[in-house]
Amino acid sequence: MPIITESKSAAVVIDDAKCIAEKGCTVCVEVCPLDILAIDEGRKKAYMKYDECWYCMPCEADCPTGAVKVNIPYLLR
Amino acid sequence: MSASEPTTEIIEADILVIGGGTGGPMAAIKAKEANPALRVVLMEKANVKRSGAISMGMDGLNNAVVPGYATPEQYVKEITIANDGVVHQKAVMAYATGSFPMIQYLDKLGVKFEKDGAGEYNMRKVHHLGTYVLPMPEGHNVKKVLYRQLRRLQVAVTNRYMATRLLKSRDGAISGAIGVNTRTSEFLVVRAKSVILACGAAGRLGLPASGYMFGTYENAANCGDGYAMAYHAGAELANLECYQINPLIKDYNGPSCAYVTGPFGGYTANNKGERFIECDYWSGQMMLEFWRELQSGAGPVFLKLDHLAEETISEIETILHTNERPSRGRFHEKRGNDYRRRPVEMHISEIGFCSGHSASGVWVDENARTTIPGLYAVGDMASVPHNYMLGAFVNGGIAGADAASYCEGVDLPDFDAGFLKAERERVLAPTRRDDGLTPHEMEFKTRRMVNDYLEPPKVTAKMEIGQRRFAEIREDLNQLCARDPHELHRALELQSILDCADMAAAASLYRTESRWGFYHLRVDHPETNDDEWFCHTMLFKDEAGRMAHRKREIAPYVVDVAADEMAAYHQLRVKTAQAAE
Ligand SMILES: Cc1cc2nc3c(=O)[nH]c(=O)nc-3n(C[C@H](O)[C@H](O)[C@H](O)COP(=O)(O)OP(=O)(O)OC[C@H]3O[C@@H](n4cnc5c(N)ncnc54)[C@H](O)[C@@H]3O)c2cc1C
Ligand code: SF4
Ligand code: SF4
Repeated sequence: MPIITESKSAAVVIDDAKCIAEKGCTVCVEVCPLDILAIDEGRKKAYMKYDECWYCMPCEADCPTGAVKVNIPYLLR
Repeated sequence: MSASEPTTEIIEADILVIGGGTGGPMAAIKAKEANPALRVVLMEKANVKRSGAISMGMDGLNNAVVPGYATPEQYVKEITIANDGVVHQKAVMAYATGSFPMIQYLDKLGVKFEKDGAGEYNMRKVHHLGTYVLPMPEGHNVKKVLYRQLRRLQVAVTNRYMATRLLKSRDGAISGAIGVNTRTSEFLVVRAKSVILACGAAGRLGLPASGYMFGTYENAANCGDGYAMAYHAGAELANLECYQINPLIKDYNGPSCAYVTGPFGGYTANNKGERFIECDYWSGQMMLEFWRELQSGAGPVFLKLDHLAEETISEIETILHTNERPSRGRFHEKRGNDYRRRPVEMHISEIGFCSGHSASGVWVDENARTTIPGLYAVGDMASVPHNYMLGAFVNGGIAGADAASYCEGVDLPDFDAGFLKAERERVLAPTRRDDGLTPHEMEFKTRRMVNDYLEPPKVTAKMEIGQRRFAEIREDLNQLCARDPHELHRALELQSILDCADMAAAASLYRTESRWGFYHLRVDHPETNDDEWFCHTMLFKDEAGRMAHRKREIAPYVVDVAADEMAAYHQLRVKTAQAAE
């Protein structure tokens, strides 16, 4: 069976203006217990790659520039 | 991904700890403290800095045995009663006597507990009988403290490796484990004299109603790998039919923690604002009353705080919204929930395995030893009941110290190279297909069937259908497809979840009585039958590779419990509902 992909809204939002991934920061990617964040290789910014969040928030707490905001997603609200 | 085959690296250690959440780091620390010369490797699926149930810290100790407030004997009695007598008391006693020394040790390392003006621990009563709760309003630094100690003692940490199977020697002793990198799919084989499993609860068994795969309560990395690995290695697992089911905040699906608010005057109420259970401490009996209230039409059930004074409410908010689950405050904000104005709706969680809050798990004795020589289990996945965070620390410490002395007497055991080769093939099979079923859909289907067929009240005919569905899903595994290492790691997790689903069904069918309130409420066998079932049930893989069961006698109690005391947790329902103050 062929695999299709579907799009969803990302609950974890990164403020590109504050994110310093281009300087080598990967803190949020490293701490996420579910490994769902990644650095976009083109833009050199962090982003939520997989919709598999536990809403635990180390990504937000540990980001050195305060670029991460964990929102409660629509389906949990 | 099939372009280049993932490599296999083999390293040697004395002790391998699998799972770097709570109990795992403490096991590694205590092994190193016992013998600094030991090579201790800590393998973690995520990153030890922020992994496990206490990723963001903790709100308090739920089971602290502090001199002046409770004795180990009183604690052992309370836990025995709360579990309908089916406990290995020596293991509970080992925890209880290790409890206070561990609090002092953590305090010394820099973990902050609530103290009064005189510097004494500020204990609170939440349990039905005794006083065991110690709040940690500044409990957010626990992981930092552990991490610092791991570095100080030079424990070797391997992050982002998911252990998939345990290795055994020809003579049946443990000899290490196989891990797969979650980002590269490379293999790491750690040969070791002793292995300590600390992989947490099986928190991805039932499916949340939200539409998301992961709940907001249990750390979703804890998907039952530990149970599956122990099972496949031939270890015995105890009382798996004693599920974990928790009262959660509806929709948010995270902790509501009525018991945290209890000492401040908060409580669980029905739709009339009335208290219907005497004690909010989690037990099967408490969940049974919760479920009955919902069934009776007196629900929904709420966490009620609106009768409390402003300063009390702000204190509760600080504890509940800044520490352990900060996203909880954000949920309330979006909903317009204000503890001052309206009670918060609660609901019953989906099922899981977890001895941290309930009682089932890989069987361990008072030294945290499993039934396989050299293999230990600690924390939420080990069989010591109601162990919570402090239990994970204490038993982790016990396992670390015991493993350190076990290592002195053994040489590095051999392992089966053929087994390693076969495991590589099992792991990589989903990467050999370009099309097929995704881990997401196979996991979703498995867990939907868990909800449909395994949830209590447990019905024999339904559980048998569940077993058939799980068998069909197992046949579909030859279509499972993973397109990158992340998907492969989910594909492996799915296989642990399926193993746990099978174990939950088989264990529930084996015990033909009802026990532990809602956790094992069997419609076809509604009575508790002490004559036949006052025992542990052990589940294991037999010689032929089939799931088998046996009874294990309950070892003589070290603390006597009188027959009339044993019923205390059966009288949780408030006699005549009292009006809210
Ligand atoms: C939301 C919440 C609130 C709680 N509140 C309290 C409280 O207030 N007080 C209290 O005392 N207790 C509380 N508890 C319980 C307590 O946190 C747990 O009992 C305890 O932390 C469990 O420790 P553990 O080591 O067994 O598991 P964890 O700390 O969860 O660690 C398990 C680790 O194993 C890793 N892992 C899993 N599978 C693999 C694998 N295959 N390979 C490698 N690594 C793997 C995971 O990534 C994780 O890091 C709470 C639990 C939760 C979830
Ligand atoms: S931690 Fe913050 S700055 Fe660093 S990569 Fe993540 S978002 Fe960017
Ligand atoms: S909230 Fe937790 S699970 Fe979600 S992205 Fe942040 S660290 Fe990862």
